[in-house]
Amino acid sequence: RSIGENIQLLVDRPDGCYCFRLHKDRVYYVSERILKVATSVPGDKLVALGTCFGKFTKTQKFRLHVTALDYLAPYAKYKVWVKPGAEQSFLYGNHVLKSGLGRITENTAQYQGVVVYSMADVPLGFGVAAKSTQDCRKVDPMAIVVFHQADIGEYVRHEDTLT
Amino acid sequence: MGRKLDVLRKEKRGPGRKARKQKGAEVELAKFLPPTTDSSGKKLSSHARKRAAKRRMGSGKAQARRNLLQLKKEGGKLRRPGARASGYPQLGGSDSSSLPLTPAKRSQPAEDYEEEHLESSGSEGEGGADAWESMGDDGSDEEMVDDYGASSSEEEEVGTLLLPIEQAARKQKSGSPLAWDSLSEDDSEEEEEERVSSPSKGQKEEEDADLQLNMEPDEQFVLPSGEEVERAAELPDLQLIHQRIKDNVEVLQDFKAKREVGRARQEYLALLRHDLAAYYSYSDFLLKKLMDLFPLPELVNFLESNEVPRPMTLRTNTLKTRRRDLAQALINRGVNLDPLGKWSKTGLVVYDSSVPIGATPEYLAGHYMLQGASSLLPVMALAPQENERVLDMCCAPGGKTSYIAQLMKNTGVILANDSNAERLRSVVGNLHRLGVTNAVLSHCDGRQFPKVLGGFDRVLLDAPCSGTGVISKDPAVKTNKDEKDMLRCAHLQKELLLSAIDSVNAASETGGYVVYCTCSILVEENEWVVDYALKKRNVRLVPTGLDFGKEGFTRFKDRRFHPSLKLTRRFYPHTHNMDGFFIAKLKKFSNVIPKMLK
Repeated sequence: RSIGENIQLLVDRPDGCYCFRLHKDRVYYVSERILKVATSVPGDKLVALGTCFGKFTKTQKFRLHVTALDYLAPYAKYKVWVKPGAEQSFLYGNHVLKSGLGRITENTAQYQGVVVYSMADVPLGFGVAAKSTQDCRKVDPMAIVVFHQADIGEYVRHEDTLT
Repeated sequence: MGRKLDVLRKEKRGPGRKARKQKGAEVELAKFLPPTTDSSGKKLSSHARKRAAKRRMGSGKAQARRNLLQLKKEGGKLRRPGARASGYPQLGGSDSSSLPLTPAKRSQPAEDYEEEHLESSGSEGEGGADAWESMGDDGSDEEMVDDYGASSSEEEEVGTLLLPIEQAARKQKSGSPLAWDSLSEDDSEEEEEERVSSPSKGQKEEEDADLQLNMEPDEQFVLPSGEEVERAAELPDLQLIHQRIKDNVEVLQDFKAKREVGRARQEYLALLRHDLAAYYSYSDFLLKKLMDLFPLPELVNFLESNEVPRPMTLRTNTLKTRRRDLAQALINRGVNLDPLGKWSKTGLVVYDSSVPIGATPEYLAGHYMLQGASSLLPVMALAPQENERVLDMCCAPGGKTSYIAQLMKNTGVILANDSNAERLRSVVGNLHRLGVTNAVLSHCDGRQFPKVLGGFDRVLLDAPCSGTGVISKDPAVKTNKDEKDMLRCAHLQKELLLSAIDSVNAASETGGYVVYCTCSILVEENEWVVDYALKKRNVRLVPTGLDFGKEGFTRFKDRRFHPSLKLTRRFYPHTHNMDGFFIAKLKKFSNVIPKMLK
């Protein structure tokens, strides 16, 4: 997980208790108050509640959805900023190349989950660091530094599978 | 805020000097041309003038192009030295050598053209007749008919060889009123059908002026018998129909003075309806409904505005950004936009854009939502407060739901319901994108609602409807709706509205409101439904809080509605430049369901 122990912060919030709920293989993050309303809707009629964080795949692995971005971004430990030119390319599902890399958090290890930001500090999606920060300095401009995992372009591209 | 479309700047953006030179030549040609028409010393009607201008442009352009090519060949820099010469003393020797050529070259094409124009209009049979029309148009009707009457065939042959002016003179000499008298009305009218494309337009324009003197022009659009109209329907001439609509409306507006004796208003209306149906391709049923709804000139405006799309509007998501920041970000991406209006603090109108507005990083990051201006209104009327429980009964595609969440600042609970699971997918996407976290989505049938969950503070019911307000978005509505569809919609709407009212808690401290809205403009789906609810439940209408829009009808044909229905609001595409819309806000004052009176 990209936020590590910060998960504690998400559950204990000042404005009421929040919790994770599993519904149709998907994990939702909702406040208790909304949960109460949601319980009165019959299960098969309920489509979504609160924010969807991700889902368990058929092989019972957890896959993070881009919809969780708003919550995870503030708590992210490792961040990557991409230049405006590479922004669009990332939003179309491509990996981030060295040439498009604007900034990267110090001490990012290889294969560490990161949150990708634009230079204007708009969170764009999740990724996995392909190189550590040290390695990033050396590689040539066309090398991939962040593997693409999820991006907000999916709102348009995979509208059907988001739920 | 926002960059205004600057006409001047746009011109500068053009291809460059060469293009401007071309334009210059055209302008110059035009300067030379009017005298040829003016020389006949006659006033033309507007249509005739337009036609003449078109013809002029047609041949003129070709000529101008030829001339330009010539010009380019002989001296690419002709224009520049000329311009410089006017202001400054000569500097370059090489330029000065080509300079004297300029004026001569420039004037010659115009002369060339003048000759050619006369030749061409004289030599072609059709063109010749046309030209005569445009020039001798002010001649009385007798001449017009005479042209096609007894002596016409022989004269036309001669006419083809003559110049237009001569031709006109000829007509005046030989014109005899008797010839006209001998023609039957039907005859003249058939001719009128035959030559719809060219001559009679101009005359029609004038017809109202000499209506008292001469009844004949009037007949030109009224008379078409059923057979006549059918024949025209096979080969519809849109220009003719359009003109006929215009004339017909004019007559109907001042029916007493302008009508033809012995013709009933019904006949005029029937023809008008037929024409409108043909011109705008509406079904007869829908058109009948619309004619009941609008006065005639407004009707034409309405139909016309349904042909053009509404401006694209977007709503700032204040959960994530501010309008000023968003506008700045979008302007930087090359989007031309402006605030929507005084009544909205979040709306922006997009004039044009160099990037796809539905795929900018800002859109994907949920900073704004593409949404029609009209769909902001019901939410503003609903005015949800923080920490309330709100039900959005037919929520897809989530624009209004997210606006509610935005006004509630993501507090409280929104139950977004839609009966169609497919459409809910887009709602899920949109709500997540916009960062709405207080929503629960379900796909129950709206009619079961108080059973599923009740006790809401506010309910927004955007009822499914026939869509007569959004014809510009979905032109299929024009033809595929009939009486049955409309009544089915109305029935469903009544059921939904009652269940919406039932799921509201009247005892709520802050709320107890229901907002009913449709994107239809038919009375059956709006006032009628609300009136029905007023009778069946303990609700009353309250002002919607919107200070514009038209008042709802309290009476419509033979129906009388509750007088408070004028608190509802109607919006039309032609008056408010947004989709046709109806909004009613109801306040529930008692949870008791009144017993049926039987």
